[in-house]
Amino acid sequence: MSPTPPFTAEHEELRESIRGFLDRELAPHAQRWEAEEWFPNEVFGKLAAQGLLGLKYPAELGGQGGDYLHEAVLVQELARIGSGGTAAGIGAHVNIATPPIWKFGTEEQKQRYLVPAIRGEKIGALAITEPDAGSDVAALRTTATRVDGGFLVSGEKTYITNGVRADFVVTAVKTTQEGGHHGISFLIVERGAGVSSAKLQKLGWSASDTATISYDEVFVPQENLLGELHEGFKLIMANFQWERLAMALGAVGAMQLAYERTAQYARERTAFGRPLSKHQTIRHKLADLATSAYTARCVTYDALRRFVAGEQPLREVTMAKLATQRASFELMDECLQIHGGMGYMAEHWVQRAARDSRLGPIGGGSDEIMREILGRLLDL
Amino acid sequence: MAATDTVLKPDHQSKRKHFIFTDEHEQLRESIRAFVAKELAPHAMEWEETTFPDSVFRRMGELDLLGLDKPEAYGGQGGDYFTSLVLGEEMTGANSGGLAMGVAVHTDMAMPPILAFGSEEQKLQWVVPAIKGEKILCIGITEPDAGSDVAGIKTRAVRDGEDYVINGSKTYITNGHRADVIVLVTKTDPDAGYGGFTLFLVPMDAPGVIREKKLEKLGMHASDTALLAFQDVRVPASAVLGEVGKGFYHIMWELQGERLIGAAGSVAGAQKCFERTLEYAKERKAFGREIGKFQVIRHKFAEMATKIESARQMVYVTAWRFANGEYPVREISMAKLHASRIAVEVADECIQIHGGAGYMKEYGVERAWRDSRLNRIGAGTDEIMLDVIGRSYGL
Repeated sequence: MSPTPPFTAEHEELRESIRGFLDRELAPHAQRWEAEEWFPNEVFGKLAAQGLLGLKYPAELGGQGGDYLHEAVLVQELARIGSGGTAAGIGAHVNIATPPIWKFGTEEQKQRYLVPAIRGEKIGALAITEPDAGSDVAALRTTATRVDGGFLVSGEKTYITNGVRADFVVTAVKTTQEGGHHGISFLIVERGAGVSSAKLQKLGWSASDTATISYDEVFVPQENLLGELHEGFKLIMANFQWERLAMALGAVGAMQLAYERTAQYARERTAFGRPLSKHQTIRHKLADLATSAYTARCVTYDALRRFVAGEQPLREVTMAKLATQRASFELMDECLQIHGGMGYMAEHWVQRAARDSRLGPIGGGSDEIMREILGRLLDL
Repeated sequence: MAATDTVLKPDHQSKRKHFIFTDEHEQLRESIRAFVAKELAPHAMEWEETTFPDSVFRRMGELDLLGLDKPEAYGGQGGDYFTSLVLGEEMTGANSGGLAMGVAVHTDMAMPPILAFGSEEQKLQWVVPAIKGEKILCIGITEPDAGSDVAGIKTRAVRDGEDYVINGSKTYITNGHRADVIVLVTKTDPDAGYGGFTLFLVPMDAPGVIREKKLEKLGMHASDTALLAFQDVRVPASAVLGEVGKGFYHIMWELQGERLIGAAGSVAGAQKCFERTLEYAKERKAFGREIGKFQVIRHKFAEMATKIESARQMVYVTAWRFANGEYPVREISMAKLHASRIAVEVADECIQIHGGAGYMKEYGVERAWRDSRLNRIGAGTDEIMLDVIGRSYGL
């Protein structure tokens, strides 16, 4: 079959090469990294050596000069390595922490942070969520106070992917008394005095060092203000669409792989004298799963195509995020069911996939927030 | 999340085309929509009682709507497959599932096999007047004892000199009472398995064709659905459609197009039902505000819109493959399965949002559910779709 738009044969070639690399270098270690609850920092260097940390960034910054479609291929393929936590750490670096520097940063900021990030020499994180403010960004409390030559930052951020390993943290801070949509700003905070991280334990995404980061009167120089003062909300909104699309793309990749592996298992595993797949109830379950994966793909690719064409498809991206995340978890849960007791064992990929996928309907804007956005787009 | 709107200015109200459609498709869509709203929709309630009149075919023939994607040589418009998709979508504007089905059986189920497998003479005899709306087509597959299991078909056609003699019965035949000709699936060689089927074009006024009764149904009341009997019906060998012994494969091919257009109709029907219910939710007040302003109702709409969109994307991408000459049986089955299911779920949720009013005939929402409920059964049940999909993976 021909590639589904917006992808072309060129993207499929890239996919082959990325898949080959990930299969050799990352996938074999996925289980160990998940068990150790940490993937090594060298992973960034390995990806950078292949040019994979800068697919969409311009060549003058050390990137590959590609676009979001090339990045989309990477996102989909990362979902196949068998470690949601590792994919999340890489994703947070390339899709969440570095895009604001690319879009809003000064030339000097790009040289200091983005260039080494693309080389895999510095690891980035983005910190917005706080213990008392998640979806409701207006409630942020972390404060930056003006001092001579810069800011003093105090507060706490949580659920921050790469929160332990990050060399720099793109941090949302209140720069006015009121905070809110015209009172928050972004600072690039380097790890150093006053910055401390505490790793969190989670249902899934174990290999990711998701952390709480505390800022205790951390001095941040003026030149590390990212974008305009007080206008940080723009920066938050600017990347939401891509972040959500990336989650949808990740689900599409993960669902396809889980389906294929489970179908293969059902062909091989025998019960009551025949392969599991020859029992009609299992065959139909698998057909349902394949249909669900295809549905997720079609709705996501349409949103992606529109996004790449510059349409600002808020509606389509929101739908793609909503349609894929719960569907992915449900698919993983059914795959777990088909594997039976074996699937429940800690070393089995399917229980991990189920745990990893459960974050989807929560992270990047919960399903409820997605429905709220869509409801408002319908003038409700 | 109100801030979303203050910062990003998405162009979400605009009608951005999907990549499979051009400006010409959109113009066609507008003109069909206007025709459907003006000449068909006003009669929807009445036709639920009487079934829709044959004059609909003649009128649509006059307007060049019955051969949009058919060759110009036979009076068609020579358009691409997507023009047919546009018609399938816009016919749902008539608020009459039975009407949309009657027309679709004519244009997208019975006509394609005649064009694909028929002789020049057969095309001139049947397709030309069918595109004009002067002759009406139907297709006979299902029998009282064989539905999804096509291999179990018993209607026999036996060679007798230069002729064939046909005996058997067919049921659930859309357009069965009004049709001038039937594309009939018969068994010509009972020992040849799948290689023993043959299609015939049987004129419905041939001696021995008996239109036994109009069947009463849960929905699709505007459509006439027939039980037919064939008693010693004699047709010449020239009535064979396609090749003797290839009937099963011809019909499996036909079913793919039928399922895809059916899926498009399911999506469009769900969209229609959604829009009407959205309008209702913006007007109807409870506890001091419009019911659509309650979060739980708002989220129901968000969920429905997402389901509809996901099914639409499946249909469009799959139609794109089909139009490119691929034969994506797996994807068509998936689109048909998913679109039929969500259409029924959406219709049911729309009844729920309407409350008591939704249960009343007057609002037309209960009809949307009754009509759409057929889509999970007709043209291959959900369960057959699942089997086709499963087997396509070697399961």
